[in-house]
Amino acid sequence: MNRYYPPLLITGILISAHLSFGILEGYSRTGTAILVAILAELVMGRLTYGRWPHPASAYITGISVGILVRSPFLWAYALCALVSIATKYVFRYRDRHVWNPSNFGVSALLLLAPASASVLSIQWGNVIWPMVIIWILGAVIVWRAGRAHISATYVASFLLLSLVSSTVTGNTWLATVAPITGPMYQLFIFFMVTDPKTTVRSKTGQCVVVFFVALVEMILRLNEIVYAPFYALFLVGPPALLIDEWLRSKPGDVRSVRLQADLRLSEQD
Amino acid sequence: MSLGPRARALWVVWFVVLVGSLYAMVRLNRAATGTVATNNRFGFTLVESAKQLGVDFVHQGPTFDRKLDHIMPQVAAMGAAVAVADFDRDGWPDFYVTNSADGSLNRLYRNQGDGTFKDVAGDLGVADVNRAGTGVSMGAVWGDYDNDGFEDLFVYKYGRPELFHNDAGRGFTAVSEKAGLPAWVNANTAVWLDYDRDGKLDLFLPGYWSEDIDLSRLQTTKIMPESFEYAENGGRKYLFHNLGGGAFEEVSQKLGISSRRWTLAAAAADLSGSGFPDLFLANDYGVPQLYLNKDGKQFVESGRDSGVARTPKSGMNASFGDVFNDGRLSIYKTNISEPGVLVQANDLWVPKKGSAGGTPQYDDLASSLGVDLGGWSWGAQFGDLNNDGTLDLYLTNGYVSAGERSSYWYDFAVIAVGHSAIIGDAANWPPMKGRSLSGYQRKRVWLNDGLGRFTDVAQVVGVTDTYDGRAVALADLSNRGVLDVIAANQRGPLLIYRNTVQPGRHWIELALDGSSGNRSAIGARVEVQWNGRTQVQEVSGGNGFSSQNDRRLHYGLGSATKIDRIVIRWPSGRTQTIENPAIDRILAVKEPA
Repeated sequence: MNRYYPPLLITGILISAHLSFGILEGYSRTGTAILVAILAELVMGRLTYGRWPHPASAYITGISVGILVRSPFLWAYALCALVSIATKYVFRYRDRHVWNPSNFGVSALLLLAPASASVLSIQWGNVIWPMVIIWILGAVIVWRAGRAHISATYVASFLLLSLVSSTVTGNTWLATVAPITGPMYQLFIFFMVTDPKTTVRSKTGQCVVVFFVALVEMILRLNEIVYAPFYALFLVGPPALLIDEWLRSKPGDVRSVRLQADLRLSEQD
Repeated sequence: MSLGPRARALWVVWFVVLVGSLYAMVRLNRAATGTVATNNRFGFTLVESAKQLGVDFVHQGPTFDRKLDHIMPQVAAMGAAVAVADFDRDGWPDFYVTNSADGSLNRLYRNQGDGTFKDVAGDLGVADVNRAGTGVSMGAVWGDYDNDGFEDLFVYKYGRPELFHNDAGRGFTAVSEKAGLPAWVNANTAVWLDYDRDGKLDLFLPGYWSEDIDLSRLQTTKIMPESFEYAENGGRKYLFHNLGGGAFEEVSQKLGISSRRWTLAAAAADLSGSGFPDLFLANDYGVPQLYLNKDGKQFVESGRDSGVARTPKSGMNASFGDVFNDGRLSIYKTNISEPGVLVQANDLWVPKKGSAGGTPQYDDLASSLGVDLGGWSWGAQFGDLNNDGTLDLYLTNGYVSAGERSSYWYDFAVIAVGHSAIIGDAANWPPMKGRSLSGYQRKRVWLNDGLGRFTDVAQVVGVTDTYDGRAVALADLSNRGVLDVIAANQRGPLLIYRNTVQPGRHWIELALDGSSGNRSAIGARVEVQWNGRTQVQEVSGGNGFSSQNDRRLHYGLGSATKIDRIVIRWPSGRTQTIENPAIDRILAVKEPA
């Protein structure tokens, strides 16, 4: 898939949402996040691999941080972006980074600086069309990337598990599913859980993993943790990846041959 | 896969960068919560003294339709209000406080001049305004609408608004019907202003809930905001033009005010330098609005152009202060900050230099100055609490204090993000079940160092309460040259923090009396110049959240022993200069004929 599609999509979402609904805290803050992410990627990538990395991935990380983080402080955007990129170079296993970068950065910010930052958790306007546009564009992107099954499994799991959650809490099902109608979840569904570098390789495995993300999220929600999806992905992603890699590295496993090919491809990214 | 020495070294570098960044997050987060003083070197103390002053008022909250039982604490979370005025012209500030339960009585505390207050609301006819079927009080503002020299009283409600004519300080007469006020408005704020400078006070009354809702008798549960930050299904705005003879004409649409945002606070001041009062609206569930007054003939909404309305938040306060002593009025709007959940942060909109004269341009400097994080913030007022010559900021906060160990925040955050079809129906809102929502919060008393930084001194100067604060009003209750603080708490006691300032700090207060403009002098702009400093204040017809300060203006002067001059621009437009007035006194000034 053209690597420019996701950055273009997320940029389109950002610009249209900001012009329509003023979702950004300010251009300077989003700009800071993008700039820091790209600069960090260029410096770390160049020094580590001896060549300039493509900035598309860092751009997505930076813009995701710029959209998701809500803080009156510029440093929150800068540090979140820097941490996000740094994790790619620090937490690696078999030459793959373990966490989705912005997932790690946002989770760290929420845990370590709760008085200074929160995460986008509102609607964009009072109408459904912005969400419909994001769903359509997002669906096209993940379908072309061969990852629509991940997003679909997550949404189905979330809705089903909401029934369980609703039964346990006594809250209405509509109240329980309310979060998934907001833009924070659209970014999560289309850009975080589908991150090719931090999901397992088989389709079935990806569906299982994303179901576990939804399951852990439900458990966290039952414990009244507001930013459950970020923490759920933070907790489930790395073990899933490590198990997947371990299974593939078993002697005689044909998948290990494929792994080597994948790693070579990964190096190209 | 083993790493080479260079790769290992680089990994260590990136690891250090990562850990260092995480550590910086922790440190900066700690610093962001603001500087909190640990010893009192600030030259003043505040001692809660309500009972000693004879004030034993405890606010009773409203109870609405049973369909809202599951979320009653949050929908019935307003109504504690305070408005100060010398209603009997005896030279001592009195104050009116509202109650909000069906059948409860409001109180008018008359200052007896001996350090005590006496409730005279019942005797004077302004107590029984919460009768079943007429709605419940949300607040009040004083203004002399008929220019007879006595401040009249307007009570806004979730219900029928009430206007009381002040009969020479000896009683009040209900005149709502004669005034032509609407039958029902759900409002949390009102402002007296003379928008067209015709010498008669007009009244701005912006609604919060839609006016077709009677919260005590609901036909439907689909009454909630359609969005947490983009709602435009709130109450309509009313602007009553004073026709004279006790009659008013509603002119909001004609003058360009047609919003249906959920307004919680409004205040008026000349922000554009036109000589006419502009209106600032702090809206819940959305962006604020700045209505610039075009020569008293039109209001033009300029929030976005001016920079104050770019980010939707949960606005709950509107107050103005010249925080840099340079003649520019900044706007302070409070919002919600709950660590780990929602950090909207409060806004301090400071006008850019040289931007007066057209649409003023604002920068939000709340974070830079350290007045951004105040919890679930409500009313706030600027005033020089230690008479050092700079305006300080008193902030009250806290939404619902119930179960101390249980929080409704998770459920609130879940429903707040929902689509309008979900959030808009109260039936979908998870039940509160006795849980708190940003409860038991410590207040903020931010002391201005005059150099661009505020320090929270609340705990060391004596403000230690954690009630669910709503309204704050400042007044020199004992004519001592210091500002006392009256704090109205939802379902809690009215607190009066009596101020003691260390000797050697000078002051002046101005009691203005209009003649060709409105008698209350609401809208008068007073510039005090001393020791190379200039501080501007305006007489307000209601500001903060559900509150009104005494309309006497208080200026601390620090150690300065003389004032160079005072320049008064009266609401009529006339300018008066007073050279070298004596200090440490209340200066009564009558507008020259």
